[in-house]
Amino acid sequence: MNVLTTFLNALPGNVSQGLIWGILAIGVFITYKILDFPDLTVDGSIGTGGAVAVMLITNDCPIWLALLCAFAAGCLAGLVTGLLNTALGIPGILAGILTQLALYSVNLDIMGQSNRPVSVDKYPLVLSSRYAVPAMIKSMLIVAVIIAILYWFFGTEYGFTIRATGCNSNMARAQGISTKKSTVIALILSNGLVGLSGGLLSQYQGFADVNMGRGAIVIGLAAVIIGEVLGSVIFRKRFNFVAKLAFAAIGAIIYFLVLQLVMLLGLSSSNNKLFSAIVVIIFLAVPYLRNSSKTSFKKAAKNAAAVKGDVNNA
Amino acid sequence: MLELINIKKTFNLGTINEKKALDGVSIKLDEGDFVTIIGGNGAGKSTTLNAVAGVWPTDSGSIIIGGNNITGLPEHRRAKFIGRVFQDPMTGTAATMEIQENLALAARRGNPRGLRWGITKKEREEYHEQLKMLDLGLEDRMSSKVGLLSGGQRQALTLLMATLKKPEILLLDEHTAALDPKTAAKVLELSDKIIAEHNLTAMMVTHNMSDAIKHGNRLIMMNEGRIIYDVKGEEKKKLTVDILLKKFEEVSGKALSNDRMLFSKETD
Ligand SMILES: Nc1ncnc2c1ncn2[C@@H]1O[C@H](COP(=O)(O)OP(=O)(O)O)[C@@H](O)[C@H]1O
Ligand SMILES: [Mg+2]
Repeated sequence: MNVLTTFLNALPGNVSQGLIWGILAIGVFITYKILDFPDLTVDGSIGTGGAVAVMLITNDCPIWLALLCAFAAGCLAGLVTGLLNTALGIPGILAGILTQLALYSVNLDIMGQSNRPVSVDKYPLVLSSRYAVPAMIKSMLIVAVIIAILYWFFGTEYGFTIRATGCNSNMARAQGISTKKSTVIALILSNGLVGLSGGLLSQYQGFADVNMGRGAIVIGLAAVIIGEVLGSVIFRKRFNFVAKLAFAAIGAIIYFLVLQLVMLLGLSSSNNKLFSAIVVIIFLAVPYLRNSSKTSFKKAAKNAAAVKGDVNNA
Repeated sequence: MLELINIKKTFNLGTINEKKALDGVSIKLDEGDFVTIIGGNGAGKSTTLNAVAGVWPTDSGSIIIGGNNITGLPEHRRAKFIGRVFQDPMTGTAATMEIQENLALAARRGNPRGLRWGITKKEREEYHEQLKMLDLGLEDRMSSKVGLLSGGQRQALTLLMATLKKPEILLLDEHTAALDPKTAAKVLELSDKIIAEHNLTAMMVTHNMSDAIKHGNRLIMMNEGRIIYDVKGEEKKKLTVDILLKKFEEVSGKALSNDRMLFSKETD
């Protein structure tokens, strides 16, 4: 009972956190699912967004402008990864890792130290963990607006080029699409959202930290995959684009709720990265194992007629 | 229309895998020419088409389409002149996008793309009409994902996409080879129809000699990266598979020992 009431009390906070990370998850959805590009820039660009937002806010910049700059800083990070990949031919995963690593230093430079507080008492922050219910409502609105904008964008000619590039780059080029350009644009957009997510997260938690992005990509992936599994169970064939975006964010909420639950049940907070890794492993492995249980050599051996000299069951 | 002047291409230059794939290919197509291309495995047929499409830069020679020298243009920038259907039905379409979305992408080939809608209501109606002409019932499944279509349906759709905006040149690279014989015949018939209807200039690679004879107004034979035989008009009409086989031996100095070709000879 005690666990349950604590869980319910923490619900708005966890939902807010889930929604803020949901923005990052939507960014990851764009690269991982739409563009088919495993972008690891995320671990760096979320911190960049957080650092930029906090430094601007603490220097009395209007909040909306600070968030816009967090978005823009994320965009820049995406641009770098995109250019490393398309202009310099560095493989996608490595391009992201390089940018992410470089951003660690950049984020330190932006903040001048490894951690910068931003107090809700001093600055008119959009949201704060201190006021969990308003934070939840506001983050919900922000996510809704982002989904609406992306729904529009991916319905435009530009959006089509990104989808085609991710699905079949040969086809895209044959249709006159510069796949390099659409790759860069998608990375910019994705990391812009991740930067925005960082800007909101630092306000929510009251500080930006140079380590705030460690493992962010795994949380993002967890959210995307949880959302996908859940969404396709609920919607089946009618799991359309808007629902997919929404479920990336919902996946993030579920992730934080489950995390909260296992922590209440005794997982120490130092183990939460272990938790993220295990969640992703489970969600990636289950569909694979289920598939291979349908058709496997073991099964083939079992279904094979017994023949003399059978090595199958020897 | 299309002119190739002394095109050369060597792959993996300077490595143990060095391969001279095109050794001075020159050809000039007239408007409305429908050229079938035959030749043994590795003769350079696909490479010729890929050179035109700009899959990679050529080593030397010029490619001219409709008076434009496009030799220096990357693939996506010359796409506006070119319609393509590939051997693998998976290559020509985006599986995770809808039939109508694929068509909308094709309709914008060569146009600058911006923040206008990727597909409009008016387009949907047009595509509905055009899909009807394929006679595959696709017009009733316009919002289905292309991944749900069969290979033959995908090739027919790719063909429609390639010609939705009239290309200066249509490139068909063994586009029926991966289909079962019945479907292959249907897609081939459809290709003929579309080419005739729009008076397209086209190049079609095939490993089936009787198809190569039956279709088009001109036939070229390739061997070791060169065009070794080029025939058109009345002379082409008189061709038979035996004449082609003899011709090949005569020009190349060896028998055409291509399994697929012999096979297709026997079955037709
Ligand atoms: N992208 C490539 N890289 C390396 N070698 C290639 C490439 N494309 C074609 N080749 C080689 O060039 C030669 C001609 O190939 P191709 O034009 O595909 O023959 P085909 O006439 O059967 O279509 C072959 O030896 C092939 O292996
Ligand atoms: Mg070939």
